[in-house]
This record gives sequence, structure tokens and C-alpha cells, in this order.
Amino acid sequence: MEFNQPAGDNMFDDSKVVGKPTHRIDGPLKVSGQAPYAYERHDVAEGQLVGYPVVSTIAQGRITNMDTDAALNAPGVIDIVTALETGEMPMPSDMNAAPLFGGAEVAHYHQAIGVVVAETLEQARAAAALIKVDYEETKGSYDLEAAWQEMREDRSDPVSRVGDFESAFEAAEVTLDQEYRTPSQSHAMMEPHATIAQWQDGKLTIWTSNQMIEWNRQALATTLEIDPDDVRVDSPYIGGGFGSKLFLRAEAVLAALGARKAGRPVKVMLPRPMVMNNTTHRASTIQRIRIGAQADGKITAIAHEAISHTFPGGAGENAVDQTRRFYAGDNRLIVKHLAEMHLPEANAMRAPGEAAGLMALEIAMDEMAEKLGMDPVEFRAINDTQVDPEDPDKPFSDRHFVECLNRGAEAFGWGDRNTTPGQRRDGNWLIGHGIAGAYRGGPAMDSGARVRLQPGGTLIVETDMTDIGTGSYTIIAQTAAETMGLPLDAVEVRLGDSDYPVSAGSGGQWGAASATAGTYAACLALRGEIAKKIGTNDPESLTFENASVRTGEKQMTLASFAADGEIVAEDTMEFGDFRGEEVVSTFAAHFVEVGVHVGTGEIRLRRMLAACDAGRILNPITARSQVIGGMVMGVGAAMMEDLAIDKGRGFFATHDLASYEVPVHMDIPEQEVIFLDTLDPQSSPLKAKGVGELGLCGVAAAIANAVYNATGVRVRDYPVTLDKYLDQLPAA
Amino acid sequence: MRQFSFERASDAAQAAARAAEVEGAKFIAGGTNLLDLMKLEIETPVHLIDVNGLGLDEISATEDGGLRIGALVRNTDLAAHETVRRDYGVLSRALLAGASGQLRNKATTAGNLLQRTRCPYFYDTAQPCNKREPGSGCGALSEGAFSRQLGVVGTSDSCIATHPSDMAVAMRALDATVETITPVGMTRQIPLAEFHQLPGDTPEQENALMPGEIITAVTLPAPVGGTHAYHKVRDRASYAFALVSVALIRQPDGSGRVALGGVAPKPWRSDEADAELPNGARAVMSRLLDGARPTEENAFKITLAERTLAAMLAEE
Ligand SMILES: Cc1cc2nc3c(=O)[nH]c(=O)nc-3n(C[C@H](O)[C@H](O)[C@H](O)COP(=O)(O)OP(=O)(O)OC[C@H]3O[C@@H](n4cnc5c(N)ncnc54)[C@H](O)[C@@H]3O)c2cc1C
Ligand code: SF4
Repeated sequence: MEFNQPAGDNMFDDSKVVGKPTHRIDGPLKVSGQAPYAYERHDVAEGQLVGYPVVSTIAQGRITNMDTDAALNAPGVIDIVTALETGEMPMPSDMNAAPLFGGAEVAHYHQAIGVVVAETLEQARAAAALIKVDYEETKGSYDLEAAWQEMREDRSDPVSRVGDFESAFEAAEVTLDQEYRTPSQSHAMMEPHATIAQWQDGKLTIWTSNQMIEWNRQALATTLEIDPDDVRVDSPYIGGGFGSKLFLRAEAVLAALGARKAGRPVKVMLPRPMVMNNTTHRASTIQRIRIGAQADGKITAIAHEAISHTFPGGAGENAVDQTRRFYAGDNRLIVKHLAEMHLPEANAMRAPGEAAGLMALEIAMDEMAEKLGMDPVEFRAINDTQVDPEDPDKPFSDRHFVECLNRGAEAFGWGDRNTTPGQRRDGNWLIGHGIAGAYRGGPAMDSGARVRLQPGGTLIVETDMTDIGTGSYTIIAQTAAETMGLPLDAVEVRLGDSDYPVSAGSGGQWGAASATAGTYAACLALRGEIAKKIGTNDPESLTFENASVRTGEKQMTLASFAADGEIVAEDTMEFGDFRGEEVVSTFAAHFVEVGVHVGTGEIRLRRMLAACDAGRILNPITARSQVIGGMVMGVGAAMMEDLAIDKGRGFFATHDLASYEVPVHMDIPEQEVIFLDTLDPQSSPLKAKGVGELGLCGVAAAIANAVYNATGVRVRDYPVTLDKYLDQLPAA
Repeated sequence: MRQFSFERASDAAQAAARAAEVEGAKFIAGGTNLLDLMKLEIETPVHLIDVNGLGLDEISATEDGGLRIGALVRNTDLAAHETVRRDYGVLSRALLAGASGQLRNKATTAGNLLQRTRCPYFYDTAQPCNKREPGSGCGALSEGAFSRQLGVVGTSDSCIATHPSDMAVAMRALDATVETITPVGMTRQIPLAEFHQLPGDTPEQENALMPGEIITAVTLPAPVGGTHAYHKVRDRASYAFALVSVALIRQPDGSGRVALGGVAPKPWRSDEADAELPNGARAVMSRLLDGARPTEENAFKITLAERTLAAMLAEE
């Protein structure tokens, strides 16, 4: 089925299940330990062995020798696969920049170069430590500052240019020109990458933890040079991903190779100290922002130029993207630089681009408001736009950013704040308030599903969509229940298996809008099948409610249609090109209150509030969880998260969860989330968009702005840790 | 983790003798530090002697009015002990500022004193580290290295790691003494001030214990009174090691004691600095941190230590 025009009035406007606060249906399984995660799937294959990764200990160079004799003779060891023995393997996909495995070249620190397969984890790990590797090391450069100094003035290949930025900036009454820095970040999801692999008759099955099942099936087949039809991928439960599990990663390749060589199933999990350097991360950025405005606050010129590091051939962090569309202004310049470095691969992490870009842009907006002597809420509202500023003929499909600002400000009590920085105190605490805007695209991807009406009247939904802790199980069940007129508990949802129809998967906050649309399409196909059984080719004339079908005076239970055997229907929702004729995006405003200890500079958040505009909220409970989870991640970005680069050796030195700090409970204050009651017919049949990444966007800047308001010290270099402003605080 | 053999000890003197006799033996108490290090092969004992059955888990009064804390008293129990809370408040507060509830339930007094540094290069066996592998160089002091968390004073050209314990900082302020039994069955009393050693050229040698020597208790002198405070500063609100921590005992006349954590290879305190307390935080710190040699990344710890103490002094 094609979504080829804006959604009209439909069943979701008068819904009974969709949009209602619903606890996640997989919750009881999870809290009682019965939802098996990849590494715990002991029952799927008999005789599982354990593989322990061997990783490179240099950042760049060649392996000249791997001595595995001692390891092979160690207790419990079954076999060892080395990168030298397999040789170079095909790149898994064009979305992977760094090679995952194979060959003598070492492209980054902790690149996988072998796997030791043994009876137990302890044996495999101990044996792995016995492998001696000789390298020819090449020295690289890992200094983003140096690269920035070289490229800073290069505007020869801008992302976009509108009007004449330079002249307009020159002529502007009030201007700002500042640089901002964001560090590299790790996804730090709870569950590390893990896979169990088994070969049977030349066919490979992996039980894994992955956000994008079909991408992974294809990528694994490509790199192993086998037919994709001989690969099955199963990932029903995922302990977080945040983009780290979008693409095939080394542990799956190691498990597959280890299992092939050992002739038995093999499971591999990346130990946490390998996750940071073996897998992907958000790249660090340096960003320069220039804004020119009239005295009345209208932006006349805006430029955002940024650099990030990237693995050669990769995309880095696109920190400038949101600035193309977020605020108005006739003269615009957007420049993106990449500094190629043999650091581990930079790739997508929750809200790739916007998360880092808004950390800078939203401080710049705060600084500009101050220069103008304006309320930062008002300054943002004045520069709202209902059309794409780069292409004024293109409207936003549904944009209520100003309402987010105003509703949020009112609920937060923004008007009562102190406007002169450093002037409000509560005992030893300097109190500050900050606000930031949030912008994140609302993409959708084609998504398929199969529904199976059972003789007993339950409905099974099968799709390779994933639930990475987001609530996919629940919103898909709600959608199916709504469409078929069933109670929620009559729907069983099965996810994450490549034997099921290909879905949008989870990423880029497209999952919710896409996968519910796909479920809707499949359910409509089922309604069509039932119509045929009734003998009409007009399913619209049927009413599906209370687990029954009504046509005129006649009413039959849904179950009765499947009395002689299940009815199966399948379809894919394809999103037509018309969707791109308007800008489909999501918006929010974040408000925070902080206390900064006047003596030590410690920051304690006091409250946080988000007002979000993201179309129909499919389930206010799971959506709120997404947003507050994003806010927590924003706290990390603002206050502590830093994959510190060792610039001499080219690796992330903070590669465990003791040194790479993420927020703990005590860091998180009261969180409030307001969802505007909006609908976006351009986005999906359910008029829904995503919120999973929106919740993170802008949060860190709101905190940085609040710290400024509290202390009067402006920090433009994340994370905002006390060493960066301590000496400028007043005497205690 | 390397293979190891395991035995349960039931007598402290025998345990010490065994530890000296079996090459590569180590004691294990709560295991919260040792086990992690074994998994990473930073520690590679071939034999473990479990000391949990030694019965050293009592807290009792000493004859001179002080307190004797058994080596196996759990951090949770020590922090909650009535006498500790009443008379040695700084210790209770320091303990509660450390680790998490679950860890404190396992962590023991002796194990806490002997926990090893959290230097990221010490933790990555692919990196040079003089403490882990004598003579291999100091990863944290090499060009472009990350050293924000590391020490600023008492360090050397071969190692700038800190001792991470909170408990030990408070015990240093309280003039604690470590009681041990040597492999030949002698008991020793080692003042905590002399227990941890500075790295010099031998950062692998971290304390005054001889091979096999076992800690049986830590004793505290009679209470010194005063107001007790412990302020631990870190990047997040809980469950992180200190950037800087300050243990302060202050008497009504303005005199008192100051010990620092997070800045040095051992809890950092000096009589000269204590004597400056009536003259304020700057006076104390210019003595206490005299000769500090910070890196560019951790120089802030000097300002932070002074400001933290100043804030604590202002609070009363
Ligand atoms: C995640 C995490 C966070 C932490 N955060 C903090 C923190 O914020 N502040 C803090 O202070 N600490 C912190 N710790 C460290 C914790 O306090 C120590 O791990 C704990 O105190 C060690 O005690 P244990 O009994 O478990 O020692 P073990 O791990 O059993 O042993 C540690 C060492 O002591 C030796 N040993 C043990 N008993 C004896 C004895 N009787 N005689 C001689 N040698 C002995 C062992 O051989 C070993 O070398 C943290 C630890 C973890 C894992
Ligand atoms: S500071 Fe000490 S512990 Fe850290 S790398 Fe250097 S020698 Fe090792």
C-alpha cells in the first residue's frame, strides 16, 4: 500500500486504543527476567561455545605475525580464527566505514583481529591473552584542533549558501561570532554487542542484538560472501542501541567465523572496554557560528561551519544540518568539514548531527538574545519560520515550535527567573535557568508486516521491526488492535526476525511512525481478506469493533472467519515522494533549572521540562519514557560524557563505564514532559512522527545556558565540567 | 583471568605464612577490586587465600578509648556503626561517599586500603604503565595522553596515579594505624601515614606490607572531637571517584586537620598544613600542595582543593 497523499480523517482520529496511555506489553517479561537477550539465548542452539575477541593494540599499521600456539594449547580451546588467515573480507555495506575483520591492515585501535573459541568464557579470555601479535606501526594524527586551524577559512565547497551571508553579517546591527566544541561520545547502551551464531547445512542463523534486521542480514551475507537467503537474523529484545547497533558489527562476524571453523554454535559478546574503540561513536566537533540580527531581533544572517573527525571514507558528525532549517534569516551559509583520522569509526548516535549541532547553536542563540537584550524565548519565537528558509516555497508540514516555547515557558515559570547572570543564590548554590530549542527531522521508511488471524480470535503480528527499549511492541499492538477492532490483549506481536516482512527498523526516530503504518497496511489487507469471505469487495462498508465484524444488520465474531484455519495477510506501507514536498520535522523546547556550588563548581540539576511537538503521540507513556530518557542522555552530554582521545596513540582512553561517566539517578531531578496536541497528516496515516531523538536534542545547551545564568561564566566547550569555570566563580 | 587455586583460611597467622610460602598467592576479601583486576589480567595471582572466614569482622573499643576495626568489617557496617557515626563522623561520611550500596556491602576495611589506582592506562594492558609492568613507561605522562583524573602532588616522573580510596582519607585525618601479622607470626603496627608509599622509581611498590603480611585491623585513637566533614567533588553526583575530596576535622578554636583525596598516591596530609588552618584555605593549601606538579589537564585540582576547603570552612 502506498502512502501517497496526506492522511484524511480516519479511524485514528476517533481512536480507542492508539494514543491511550498504555504500559508496555513486554514490561512484565522484562522485569521478571523472562525476555531473553542475545547472549542469554541458551536454548536456541545446543552445544554453544564461547568466542572471545582479540583486538589490535595499535591505532594504525600492519600485523606482521600472530603467534597462536600457546593459545591453541590452552585448556578448553577449540579453535582460533585470525585476521591473517581469513585475509581481507568484503566491506559489509556502504554504511560501514571501517573494516570489521580480516587482513593484515590495522585501521584503528581495538579493531578485531581474531577470535578464540573455547568451552567457557574464562578459557577463551585467558587463551586470547596468550596470543602474541607483532605489528609494524604507522603514526597517525589525531588532533582535531590542528585540522580545524587548517580548514577553518575554507568555504570553497559549502553545504549551502543562500543570499549573501558575508555582506549581511557585516551590515547587521548586532552580531555574534563564536566557536563551540563537543567531545566524542559513546552510546553506552546497557547491553553490549552480542551474537550467537550457528551454521546448519551451509545456512547461518544469528541470534543477536540489532536495530536493523534486514541491513544486517544483507551485510553479513556480503562480508561472508554467501547468499542473503542463507542468513537468518533474530533479535527480539535489544538492551539499547542508540545507533550503535544499526550496522553489522564485529562480534557477529567473529561469531559466524568462529562457529564455521569450530563446527558448533559460538557466542561472542564485546566486553565493555572494547565497545568504545571497537565499535562506533559520535565524533567530536568544533563549530563556528555567526549570527547577525537587526535590533528588533530578526536574524538577517546566519552561518554554521563545523569540522568533525571521521574514519577515512566516513561521514563524521553532521553538526550543521539543523541550522539549514531551524530559524529564519535571508542570508545563510553552511559549511561542513571532515578531518580523516584513524580513530575508531564515527557513525550515527542518537540524533546524529542535531545532538551535537544544537549543543552549539542553542548556546549561540542564548548569547545572541543576551546581546540583543531580549528574552531568549522571545528571540527564538521571533525567528520562527513556517517555510524552509533555504527554499521558501517549501512549507513545514506541521510546525508548532512557538507553541512549544510558550507552553513550556508558562508551565516552567520562566517569567520568574532572574535575568542577570550570577545574581540568584540559595545558600551555597548559585541558581540559574536555561532554555534551548530542539529540532529533529521526522523521517519515515517503508515498513512491512504480516498479520495472522488465529482460529481462537487472537491476532499475531509479525514484522522484522525491532524494539530497542522504545515501546515498539506496544504501539504496534495498539495499532493492530485499533485497526481490527480487537482488545489489546488479543494481539500478539512478534518482532526482530528476518523471516518476517522487512520493516523500517529502529533508527533516526523513524521507527514509530513507519512501523505502525506498516502494521496498519497489513491489517487493512486482512480486512480485505475478511471482506472477500463475506462476499464484498468493499471492506470500507464493514465495521470492525468489539472483536466482531458488522455489515448492515449482520454481526460475526472476528474469530469465526478463522474457524477453519488462520487467515494470513501481508503488506508494506510505502511512503510516496509527496512526503518530501514539505519539511516533516519535530520540535521541542527544553527548560532547566540548575544549582552551581559557589565554592566547588559542582552542578546539580533542580528540574527539567520539555514541551514537544511531534504529531500524534501514539502512547503517552512510552513516548514520555523516550523523551525523559533522551533528557537524561542530554544531561550526560552537558555535564560529563567525554570519550577522551589520547592524541599520541590514537584511541579513546576513557573506554569503560568507570572513566566514561554517564548520569546516575542522583544527577536526574524532576522531569516534566508536555506533548502538544498536534497531528501531521503529511507524515503517516496515523499522523505521527517520532520522539526518540527529539528528547535529546537541545537538552545539553539548555543546561549550559542555565549554568551561564547561574554563574555568569559562559562555557562553550562540552562537557561543562567545573574545571572550565571554577577559577571564574565568585569567592565563596 | 588466569587459572588459580583457592583455599579458605581460618587463622590469620597461618594465612600469612601460607601467602608467603606459595609464590604468586594473594588474599581475597570482598573481591570487588581484585576480581575485576584478575579478569583484565592486571593481577594474575596463581593462588587465592580467602580471608572471609578469619572472624576479623568486629568493631571494638580499645583500652585507650579508641576503636579497633577488624580487617573484614564491611564498609556498610563501618559507616553505620554507632560509635563511628558519633565520634568519627568524617569516616562514616567518607565511606558513604564511596562506590555504591551494593559494593559497600562487600567491600572490606583492608581491601579498601589496598584497592589499586583507577588510572586508565593502568587498566588497559596494551598501554605502557610502570605500576603494572615496571619499566614499560608511564602511559599517562606520554605525549597527548589523558591525565585529567590523575595526581598532582607526591607523584614522580615514573607515575602520577592517585590512590582512589575515600575511607583512607578520613582514616588519615583520624591518625589511624594499620595492624598486621607478618608471615613469621609477628604483629606490626603501621601508622597509616607510613602505610602507602610514594611512587618514586618503584610505583609498583605501593605500601609497607612485606610479602604475605596480612592486615588484621585498623585502629583509631580516642576521638578528637570537633566538627567532622567530608566533601567529595566529582563530575556526577554519585558513584564516581573523587576529582578532589577533603576530609576536615575542625575544633571550636579554629585549629584542626585536613586530608585530601584524589590528588596524590596516598591520602594527603601534613602537620605544617594543619597548623595553617586558622589562617584559611589558601594558607593550608599552599603548604599542603607545595611542590605540586600537575599536568595541563589536572592543574584545576589545585584550585579545586582550595575552593572546596574554603567552602567547607565557610559553611560552619
Ligand atoms: C564500580 C566501583 C566503584 C567504586 N567506587 C569507589 C569510591 O568511590 N571510593 C572508594 O573509596 N572506593 C571505591 N571503590 C573501590 C572499593 O572501595 C574497593 O573495591 C573495596 O573497598 C575493596 O575491598 P574488597 O574487600 O572487595 O577487596 P578485595 O578486592 O578482596 O581485595 C583488594 C586487595 O586487598 C588485598 N586484601 C584484602 N584483604 C586483605 C587483608 N586482610 N590483608 C592483606 N591484604 C588484603 C587483596 O589481596 C587485594 O589485593 C569502587 C569499586 C568499584 C568496583
Ligand atoms: S600514572 Fe602510574 S598507573 Fe598510570 S600509567 Fe603512569 S605508571 Fe601507570
